[in-house]
Amino acid sequence: MTLEATLLIAAAIFAVGLYGAISQQVVVMVMMGLELMINAVILAGAGFWWFLAPDPTGQVLLMLVIAAMTLEMAMGFAVATLLHRRSETDMTDMATELKE
Amino acid sequence: MSVVADVAFWVLGVLAVLAGAAVFVVDSMARATYALAVSFVAVGLQVLFLQQTYVGVVVILMMVMEMAIMAVYMVMFMGMNPALMPMSMVHDKRLALAAAIGTFLVLAAGVLLVDWPARRGSPPPDATRALGEALMGHKMLVMTVISPVMVATIVAGVVLASARTRYDRYGDDLRGAPDDPQPGGVGR
Amino acid sequence: MPELVPLATAVQAAAPVWSLLAAAILGCLVMLAAVLDGVLSARGNGAAGAGVGLRRPFAEAARLMRQRRRTTIEPDSLLWRIGGAGLLVAALLMVAVVPLGRWTVFDLDVGVVWFNAMDVLVWAFVWLVGWGANSAPSLVGGYRFLALGLGYELPLMFALVAPPIAAQSLNVGAVAAAQHGLWFVVWMPVAFVVYCLGVTAFSVWGPFAAAIGADLAGGVRAELSGVDRLVFELGRYALLAAGAAFAVPMFLGGGAGPLLPDWAWVLVKTAVLLAALVGLRRRLPVLRPDKLMEVGWLVLLPAVLVQDLVVAVVAAGRG
Repeated sequence: MTLEATLLIAAAIFAVGLYGAISQQVVVMVMMGLELMINAVILAGAGFWWFLAPDPTGQVLLMLVIAAMTLEMAMGFAVATLLHRRSETDMTDMATELKE
Repeated sequence: MSVVADVAFWVLGVLAVLAGAAVFVVDSMARATYALAVSFVAVGLQVLFLQQTYVGVVVILMMVMEMAIMAVYMVMFMGMNPALMPMSMVHDKRLALAAAIGTFLVLAAGVLLVDWPARRGSPPPDATRALGEALMGHKMLVMTVISPVMVATIVAGVVLASARTRYDRYGDDLRGAPDDPQPGGVGR
Repeated sequence: MPELVPLATAVQAAAPVWSLLAAAILGCLVMLAAVLDGVLSARGNGAAGAGVGLRRPFAEAARLMRQRRRTTIEPDSLLWRIGGAGLLVAALLMVAVVPLGRWTVFDLDVGVVWFNAMDVLVWAFVWLVGWGANSAPSLVGGYRFLALGLGYELPLMFALVAPPIAAQSLNVGAVAAAQHGLWFVVWMPVAFVVYCLGVTAFSVWGPFAAAIGADLAGGVRAELSGVDRLVFELGRYALLAAGAAFAVPMFLGGGAGPLLPDWAWVLVKTAVLLAALVGLRRRLPVLRPDKLMEVGWLVLLPAVLVQDLVVAVVAAGRG
C-alpha cells in the first residue's frame, strides 16, 4: 500500500473509463465511462490525502468530487430522457444539434 | 496486519480495474451496470483502507444507489438488447483504445518518475470529525456553493425530463383537480 | 509505510469467532421471527392448535431444501444468485456494527453510515433477483422495489441522522452510550417510526411487500424455488432482524436496563421490536409504490426534517 500503487490503480481505472467515454455510442454507456473516470479521481484523491498531506481539510475535495459526480448523473439522466423523448434516439452520433 | 492490508488493497485495486473493464466488455445491460457498481464498491473499500472512513462508506452508499437507478435507465434506453442482437455499440474503437492506453502510459510514467514529496503533517486522530469540522468551519463555502447548485440541478433535471407540465396536469387556467394518470398517495 | 490505526484495530477486533457468534444470534432471531409469523398465520387462518404454526417454518424450510430447483429460459443465473444470497449478506454486514453489550464485531467509526450503505445494497439485490429470473412478473417486482426505494430511502436516511446529531458521533456504540437516562425514542418518536417503516420496507415486508405481491404471482420471488427461495426468505427475515437490532443502540438505549446484563437487554429489546414488526404485517394493507412515493416525499420527509431540526436545536442548546 503505497502512493505509487494507489495512483497506478487509479490511472488504470481512469484509462478504462476514458476508453468507454470515447468509444461508446449510447449516452448511458458514455456516462458510465465518465463515472469510471471520476471513480479514479476519488481513489487518487484519497491516496494523495493519506500519503502526502493528511491535513484535516483535505477530504473536502473528495466530497466535492462525489457531489460533482451526482450532479453529472442527474443531468445526464435528464438529458438522456429528453433526447430519447425528442428524437427517439439514445446514440451520441445522432445528437447533432450542437454540431451544426 | 500490514501484509494482509497490502494484499487486500491490491486485490481490491485489481478488482476495481477489472470490473471497470467488464463494463465495456459484457453484453448484458444489468451486468455492465453492476460491474460498475462493483468497481465503485472496491474503490470505496480502498478509500476505507486509506483511513477516510466516511468518504469510503459514502462512496459505496451513493454509487450502489446510483447504479441501481442506472440499471433502470440502461434497460430503458438501450432499446435493443445486445445479448439478443449482437452488434457493436462502439465507434472510433481504435482511437479510443489508443487514447486510453496512451493516457495510462503517460499517467503511469508520471506516477513512477515523479519524486513524490515526503508526507507533510500527520493524520487527524478522527478523520470524520475533521471532515465535519472543515465542512462546517472554514471550508463552509464549498457546501454553501454546492447546495444551490444541487437544488438547481434537481429543478433543471425535472424540467428537462418531465413530459407533463403543470398546464397538462391542471389545465390552462391551472385550477381544479390535477389530471394525473395515477393519483398520488396524499389525496391530491 | 504509514500506520493504519483506526481501521486496523476495527478489523482485528472482528475475530472470526465473534463474527460466527453474531451470525448465530442473527440466525436465532430469524428463527424467532419465522416461528412467530407462522403462529400468527396459523391463527389467522383458523388452524387448530399452536403446534401447526410452530412447525410451519421448519416444515417449509425442509420442503424447500428438498425441492428441486426450477429454472427459466435463459436466466442470468450469476446475477440471480448474487441477488438472492445478497440479502442475507447485507443483513450480516448490518449486524456487524451493532454493539452487543460491550462487544462489537466491526466497530467502525461511521457505523451509522455503514448501516445506511448496507440497506442501499438491498436495492441492488432485490432488483437483481427480479432481473436474473428473466421473467416478466419478477422484473416488474424488481422495478416496484426500486420505486418503493425512492419513496422510503430519503426519509429513512434522515431518520438515521437524528440519533447521531444528538450523540455527536456516527459510531453506533457512542450513539448507544449517549442515551443514558433518556432513550432517543422518547424525544425522537417521528424518527423512530420512520426508521421502523424503512426497516419493513427494505425487508420487503408487510405494507411494503408490493415487490413480492400476490398480484404479480409472487413478484421478484415468482421464479425462485428450492434453496434459492429459502435463502431469499431467510434474507428477508434477517434484514428485518438486523433492522430491529440496529434500532436498539440507535433509539432504544442500547444495553441499558435493570437486572440483566447489557448484552441480554440488547437481545430482549431486539426480540420485542422484531416481534412488533412481524405482527405489523397482519395489521396494514400493502401499499402501492407510487402512492408511497408521494407519502414519503410530502409527509414523511418533512416530518423527519422537522424532527432533525428539533434534535439539532436541542443538541446545540446542550452544547
